[in-house]
Amino acid sequence: MKRSFVLVATLGLALSSAPAGRAATELRFCLRAEPKTFDPLLVDDGNSETIRYLTGGVLIRVNRKTQQLTPELAASWDVERQGRRITFHLRPKLKFSDGTPFSAEDVAFTMKRLMDPETHSPTADTFRSSDVPPQITVSSPLTVSILFGAPVAGLERLFDQVAITSARSPLKTAAVLGPYSVEAYKPGVEVLLVRNPNYWKMDAQGVRLPYIDRIRLEIQQNRDIELVRFRRGELDLINSVDADTYDDLARVMPGSAVDAGASLEAEMMWFNQVPTAPLPAYKLAWFQSAAFRRAVSEAINRADICRIVYRGHAQPAEGPISPANQFWFNASLKPHPYDVASSRRRLENEGFRVRNGLLYDGDGHLVEFSLATNAGNHNRERIASMLQQDLQAVGIRLNVVTLDFPSLIERITQTFNYEACLLALTNLDLDPNAQMNVWLSSASNHQWNPNQKQPATEWEAQIDKLMRAQASASRAEDRKRHFDRVQQIVWEQAPFLYLVTKNSLTAISPDIQNRSPVVLTPQAFWNVEVLRKPPTSAGSR
Amino acid sequence: MKKPQLLAILVLAALLAAGVAAGLWHADSHARQFRELPSARPSSTFPLGTDDLGRDRLARLLYATRLSLLLAPAAALIATLLAALAGGTAGYFGGWWDNCIVRAIDLMLSLPWLFLLLAARALLPLNAPPVASLVMTYGLLAVLGWAGPARVIRAGTRHLRESDFALQASAEGCSELRIFSRHLIPNLKPVLLAQLWTTIPVFILAEANLGLLGLSASEPFPTWGNLLRELQNPFSIRPVTLAPLAVVMISVACFKLATPPQEQHS
Repeated sequence: MKRSFVLVATLGLALSSAPAGRAATELRFCLRAEPKTFDPLLVDDGNSETIRYLTGGVLIRVNRKTQQLTPELAASWDVERQGRRITFHLRPKLKFSDGTPFSAEDVAFTMKRLMDPETHSPTADTFRSSDVPPQITVSSPLTVSILFGAPVAGLERLFDQVAITSARSPLKTAAVLGPYSVEAYKPGVEVLLVRNPNYWKMDAQGVRLPYIDRIRLEIQQNRDIELVRFRRGELDLINSVDADTYDDLARVMPGSAVDAGASLEAEMMWFNQVPTAPLPAYKLAWFQSAAFRRAVSEAINRADICRIVYRGHAQPAEGPISPANQFWFNASLKPHPYDVASSRRRLENEGFRVRNGLLYDGDGHLVEFSLATNAGNHNRERIASMLQQDLQAVGIRLNVVTLDFPSLIERITQTFNYEACLLALTNLDLDPNAQMNVWLSSASNHQWNPNQKQPATEWEAQIDKLMRAQASASRAEDRKRHFDRVQQIVWEQAPFLYLVTKNSLTAISPDIQNRSPVVLTPQAFWNVEVLRKPPTSAGSR
Repeated sequence: MKKPQLLAILVLAALLAAGVAAGLWHADSHARQFRELPSARPSSTFPLGTDDLGRDRLARLLYATRLSLLLAPAAALIATLLAALAGGTAGYFGGWWDNCIVRAIDLMLSLPWLFLLLAARALLPLNAPPVASLVMTYGLLAVLGWAGPARVIRAGTRHLRESDFALQASAEGCSELRIFSRHLIPNLKPVLLAQLWTTIPVFILAEANLGLLGLSASEPFPTWGNLLRELQNPFSIRPVTLAPLAVVMISVACFKLATPPQEQHS
């Protein structure tokens, strides 16, 4: 794809995108880097995903607020054969942004291209349940069926990521079915989107959506500059801000900072349990002991981390699934309690003893280990400092080490030359299938002991079995039951010590009407089609 | 000694004395987290307030001052000795050895030192206590920071080697060792001292750069670089958060003022 282009065909539409008699409105915010692609099937980065969300029309959308599936281009759908086949019944009389009619042929074209190995689509991987390519059948201009070689768990939700492209439009992937289309891209400067005049949605009064005429996405890596420009009113939103910035904004720009509650991102630490790691055997024995891990976990004051590091915009984490994930969260789990006495008891039961304020194992080794994290993440460094003081209370000496990110990743994925690590886990997908690469003992992201040929422990074998069972079950209730048990085992065995779940913090101008930031991406503009902005406020330049 | 020089040395001595005295007064006050008082305003208990983890800002600043004023000169001394060894021998013996050292100096000066430091630091053992990590940070600065002074010392040595008094000593039958020890070394002393004094603030600022990136001493040790990180968020700057910046600026200025002139005797 060319790095720079101007869609001449849509320019005329752009100039006429504002209804006659009123000034054009423009929403402005920043992309943190260049979008890598404008082809919706090749999206593999957050910035391209933003463009896809704003321009792409999908058959089924996951409502970011309710987390329920909502019909979009498909008025309805049927899932049959235990999740192997899905049939879409499309809305009639829809058109792409350039006026090309939309039909089942476009869905078939998109799916064929998506599943073609030559396309190398990252989105396609989630659909590949077997080596057999899917059979796509167009039975009428508004009906299309897709038959997969094996059941695909959570099949309908996957179509949220598939933006339908036209089989016949001369504009190819630039012809879109979403609320906006790309008008211009200036590398390093901005991407300009204009209202799709053929967008199919209307509001209750019959007014065609979206309300805002243009979206200017400025490419800005520097977050300080982004914040300054937001404070000056030159930007309308910042999709994600940290707790410090949130508090500053709440103070100087009341009404602009929004806390949407627990997000899907948790800070966590884990111990290196790789048997071949270059660690002393006695340390490996500590790290492989569930009692030791639970004792460490109970010595951590999570409430203090939430209050001090995140200024109250976080909550103690229960496990791998955040309460923000409404369906999959196991509500019976509570965060490991902060209980120093219980922590000491667990350690004593394992043969550890405290002498002169320091903890020693049964063989007389001082309990001291390093906690590695990435340099430059201020919050993570503050958490590490707090862990240092918390663990001191049970006699554990913790050495905090900050490393540049590539060095840290090399240690935790290649050389395994580390003792404990503090990092964040973000679940971009609500469905646990997206976490198969973490929970299966053979997986490369099974961070505490990856790439196992056979499960090293009984409980890891049990998790393997449950994850496979949930992936092949067709009923959502069965899948939930299996994955609840996985969460329970993780809570008991504590291979990851989940510390805090951060809140989803957003900055959005109070001038924007119908704003309703949520925890799921894209937090601030998930409902972009119904956002309104007065034409007079910092809209045009 | 001129008055500004004397004044600079007195200020540095006062800063160091304050740092040492604070450490003796309460050994772990720089690390203790008063979690009920994060980001507290200045008070009689905490004259500079507390940082975002509730740690006493004044105690941390004094502790960092002690570390920087002890370790930066120590690292500078090592770097200057290495530079004297490399530059002095290159300037005195000349020939192929001089060529080798000059190429080595050119190579070291052309390397992006920050990335070199990052790479070297990533190779260090992780489970080092905080003191060791700090010593290693300054040790790396010393090992990697000899090239600049070495070039100056080499030039000074060559100048002295070709000076009239050295030629006269040689003509009168003095041995190489005697010329080196009795004539060159004493005359090289001002150059070495000047290099030592100019290297100290360079290392102080280098540590501050590493600290800003979170790659200096590990927690809970404060260094000037670590403390300056509070200034990264321009919206949370308050007068008390500027104190580390003021101390760094004063110290660097004092080291510059205290640097002896590079006078050479012939």
